[in-house]
Amino acid sequence: MLEAMPHRAAIWNFLFGRLTIDSLPFLDNNAEGRILLVTLVVVVVIGVAILAAVTKYRKWGYLWRDWFTTVDHKKLGIMYMILGTVMLLRGFSDAIMMRAQQAVAFGPEMGYLPPQHYDQIFTAHGSIMIFFVAMAYIVGLMNYVMPLQIGSRDVAFPFLNNLSFWFTFWGAILFMVSLFVGDFSIAGWLGYPPVSEVQQGPGVDYYIWGLQLSGVGTLLTGVNFVTTILKTRAPGMTLMKMPVFSWTALCTSGLIIATFPVLTATLFLLALDRYVGTHFFTTGSGGNLMMYINLIWIWGHPEVYILILPLFGVYSEIVPTFSGKPLFAYSSMVYATIAIMILSYLVWLHHFFTMGSGADVNSFFSLTTMMISIPTGVKIFNWLFTMYRGRVRYTVPMLWTLGALFTFTIGGMTGVMLSVTPADFLLHNSLFLIAHFHNVIIGGVVFGVFAAVNYWFPKAFGFKLDEFWGKATFWFWLVGFWVAFTPLYILGLMGVTRRLSHFEDPSLQPYFIVAAFGSFLIALGILSFIIQIYVSILRRRQYAVGGDPWDGRTLEWSTTSPPPEYNFAFIPIVHERDAWTDMKAHGYERPQAGFNAIHMPKNTATGVVIGALSFACCFGLVWYIWWLAALSLVGIIAVAIAHTFNYHQDHHIPADEVHRSEQAGNWQTDAEGASA
Amino acid sequence: MNTTAVDTAHPAPREFFVRVEEPPRNGTLLGFWIYLMSDCFIFASLFACNAVLGTEYAGGPTAAEVFDLPGLAVNTALLLVSSVVFGFAMLEMARRRKGAMLGWLAVAGLLAAAFVGLEIREFLIMTAEGAGPGRSAFLSSFFTLVATHGLHVTLGILWLIVLMVQSIRFGLNEANVRRLRCLSMFWHFLDLVWVGVFSYVYLIGVLR
Amino acid sequence: MPAKRLRGLLLLPLLLLGGCNLVLLAPSGDMARQQSDIMIITTIIIALIIVPVLVAIAIIAWRYRASNKHARYDPHWDHSPQLELVVWAVPLVIIIAVGAVSWIGTHQTDPYRAIDRIAPGQPVAADVKPLEVNVVSLQWKWLFFYPQYGIATVNELAAPVDRPIRFQLTSDTMMDSFFIPALVGQVYAMPGMQTILHGVINKPGEYKGFSANYSGLGFTDMRFTFHGLDTQDFDAWVAKVRAAGGDLDTATYDQLRKPTRDAPVHYYARFEPDLYTRILNLCVDPGQICLSEMMAAGTHGGGAMRDMHGHDAMSMPMDAPTPTAPAAATH
Repeated sequence: MLEAMPHRAAIWNFLFGRLTIDSLPFLDNNAEGRILLVTLVVVVVIGVAILAAVTKYRKWGYLWRDWFTTVDHKKLGIMYMILGTVMLLRGFSDAIMMRAQQAVAFGPEMGYLPPQHYDQIFTAHGSIMIFFVAMAYIVGLMNYVMPLQIGSRDVAFPFLNNLSFWFTFWGAILFMVSLFVGDFSIAGWLGYPPVSEVQQGPGVDYYIWGLQLSGVGTLLTGVNFVTTILKTRAPGMTLMKMPVFSWTALCTSGLIIATFPVLTATLFLLALDRYVGTHFFTTGSGGNLMMYINLIWIWGHPEVYILILPLFGVYSEIVPTFSGKPLFAYSSMVYATIAIMILSYLVWLHHFFTMGSGADVNSFFSLTTMMISIPTGVKIFNWLFTMYRGRVRYTVPMLWTLGALFTFTIGGMTGVMLSVTPADFLLHNSLFLIAHFHNVIIGGVVFGVFAAVNYWFPKAFGFKLDEFWGKATFWFWLVGFWVAFTPLYILGLMGVTRRLSHFEDPSLQPYFIVAAFGSFLIALGILSFIIQIYVSILRRRQYAVGGDPWDGRTLEWSTTSPPPEYNFAFIPIVHERDAWTDMKAHGYERPQAGFNAIHMPKNTATGVVIGALSFACCFGLVWYIWWLAALSLVGIIAVAIAHTFNYHQDHHIPADEVHRSEQAGNWQTDAEGASA
Repeated sequence: MNTTAVDTAHPAPREFFVRVEEPPRNGTLLGFWIYLMSDCFIFASLFACNAVLGTEYAGGPTAAEVFDLPGLAVNTALLLVSSVVFGFAMLEMARRRKGAMLGWLAVAGLLAAAFVGLEIREFLIMTAEGAGPGRSAFLSSFFTLVATHGLHVTLGILWLIVLMVQSIRFGLNEANVRRLRCLSMFWHFLDLVWVGVFSYVYLIGVLR
Repeated sequence: MPAKRLRGLLLLPLLLLGGCNLVLLAPSGDMARQQSDIMIITTIIIALIIVPVLVAIAIIAWRYRASNKHARYDPHWDHSPQLELVVWAVPLVIIIAVGAVSWIGTHQTDPYRAIDRIAPGQPVAADVKPLEVNVVSLQWKWLFFYPQYGIATVNELAAPVDRPIRFQLTSDTMMDSFFIPALVGQVYAMPGMQTILHGVINKPGEYKGFSANYSGLGFTDMRFTFHGLDTQDFDAWVAKVRAAGGDLDTATYDQLRKPTRDAPVHYYARFEPDLYTRILNLCVDPGQICLSEMMAAGTHGGGAMRDMHGHDAMSMPMDAPTPTAPAAATH
């Protein structure tokens, strides 16, 4: 119809680029269309309900003032954790759909997902889980905990912190929009060419711009955290007295600074190939697809350690606390972390031993890969010896930590198997590989995040999480993980490879059915987690705790739960590694008077506005709506410049207000909480 | 670290908090320097592409055929002089002589603008000759690296203008001095990158 | 060979899982078997440390539980130089052992290295020439050229038992990975580049082959059957292909390269002699300039990539199928 009216079409093209009614897959009259329509309706209904509730209870002002425009690292940390949890639900529903498809698609039965959809789903699953779940979680944790641990009032660049969050948030929204408007990339979570070069339509462009947004956000976070740690540690806290979690935050941020620019550059080149017709990764005209694969893994492998290092830090906090002992061999732990950080940069080629590089090249990368397991092994031994001659309390965070120690260690073992080049020629791209990296990412990262959430939740909200549902979550996840991924290990050894949407050999089916059942158990685990949060909020008075519910050892436990906006009425002075344990041992008494006015940054709306404009810009780029992209870009620059004309970006909290807040805070440094 | 045990046995009086509130330490210069290091990695990736794809002419023109080395010499001189001039501006800033500083800044900005202008001219001529970024992988990597640098310079000029306006309106206050220092780092950093582009992409490109 | 007995040990618990066909642990080709042996040996070496660690975690976590008042509690014990030495040394020793196995194994089973034995203790006879197969991955099917026999096939591969096979691989457009788990580990097939793989099959039979690297929508169906045949059977198979097949010329190839899913087996009795070389050099269609000609004209260097890949891996010029191929071969 549009062709019949060329004049009208020109206007349409100008206004909406390549976006047409046909780009809305939920209008398709087929099974997938109907599934999407139902999903859309559910999303809209929930969305409208939330908006209505916020309006009804007049919470818009509160949300805007206290959350959206906040520069408080604690609130931003919580917002990251919420974002991560919401995206976990999305990423996990993708996982369930894949498991269901693979459990049924045998022989004549093609399953309910044609490749067109199955391929989008595994692409979305991988990229969402890495960029918007795991990254959001670790950035959230570091945001919340690190400034408290180093005795700081906030991060070095509070506004930048807010901006980073909104970049990440809008990147996630761009991914979510691709579900209902247009389609998504089918090129896998790393967007390998040639698939990402030749796929028509907006799918790959959604992928590129969504990752660019979140990538910029993450990069700014890295810069911010390194500066924070180097510049704003409490007096007396030398680097070798800094808590290990903060050390891992430093190393992870260092890796972010050194690798995310490579991701940005690589995706930028891919975008140029797609938009401008350059020949970086094309077939012919001199392009080289292996360039892309090298570059993306130069980011991609360190990324794995960006994810895991903070969780190593979490375990290094939880094990000493619940063993009632200092961390064994602190210096070894620090050097091991630094060693991992450096080595992670030297191993990227092990992701494509099979590209035909020579035996010498492969041997080199095989050896560097194995070498990483030395510092990692040291860490595991150190946690072990921390428990040795301790008093291990089996709280929920400790359960997660022990579960992680078991699971991650086995994942590490299969990782060393994969690093042996001859074995990798057999196992590359197999389900064994899939099982391996889920083993380390779920067993190391996800378990660690749950441990951390259970550990620091009382600090953030002033009440503990429910133990029963916490343990239910743990056992469902642990058992579910092994039920889901043991069959994949076996299938891998049977020579079954990844990303297949259909199988010929019916003898494989039982394994996939077991794996699907495992993912169902994990679903119960996620459900238990939501129940755990809900039940704990209901019983928040019963579960209320003071500043130090676990008999903690580091500075975050020396302030109230939740901490005041300014974290510490007086900046602490550090003498020993476990600063708070040291303070308690010396009979530290909290100051009751003599408060000063405290200098704090002011909230700002600039981050929200720039984030929203950058979303508009990227959406315009995805759909070739050039006016929207150009206007938004100009808008971003204008808002950024306008922001610099405001020289009064901070304020003072008067001394008497600090005094009042200190009186009202929940202190009781409860030994009874520790034993509970 | 077994000292806690000893200390518990002989508790010595220890100060555990700072009684007088001090202004927070400003990390902007360090933070900006770290940002520049991360920018280095973007350029490093683009240089790597040029290293790999630099001779992939795909039947199209070679580096020796398309590069205008005399024009490049002018271009390079402009940018290097601009960097020196920016240094003069920073010296004047240290002496708190705002007028002289603004003058030098304007000269630095104009030189950089001339640099960008010449670069755009070079691009237009090359594209008109059929040596655009879509002709071969070599030209893709050349255009992308040089244009990324040029885009940085352009943003630097914009930033320079903003800071000049702010210095005129609000004077050389602490924030403005800090911002000018950051811009100075940015300016010299881009100069340094250009030395790499000039010697690696152009000179070695012509030789190989 | 000790690996054999160890293999039995390792297989025992896995067999209890239902007697599944763990082809990677019991392959039928000597190369895959060597790779598999290395995998098993290294796994056992790593298990030497992993298993005790897992047991120790369980024992220590249980023994030092808070409710066990008999266990010694030493709230300040946090370092021990001797233990730290052990903690660094033990993983180091294990990794040196695994690393040595990997280093030797990587060179021994380098897919580019010509095979010198067809089974343990059975060197390749001096007069045996390896079977040459040129492999092209298409969207989404496999094309096999047999230059020594002048035949080509789609989605079916056959080779005589105990005769070394030398694959040269490239791709039409997408990036695939050529994998027959029972024969030998996989190697990528990439457009405009050539990779090499050596293998030998020791047992007659039908084996699964497929692309292990995702290459788009039809990738799932990109399967073929690999027949390990006795010499007579192989000759009969060649005769069958010759009898059944037509011509594979440029026009036929242009039809064949169009994306299709689940393509049927097809035989060609003849093929244009330089077709594979032209596919490799991205110049199948008349009018396209071959990568090799660009290099010959001095406008195509590619030195950087050659260095990156390592010279021995890309020592193509001497084994290139025709003198016009070397440029692309290095890619």
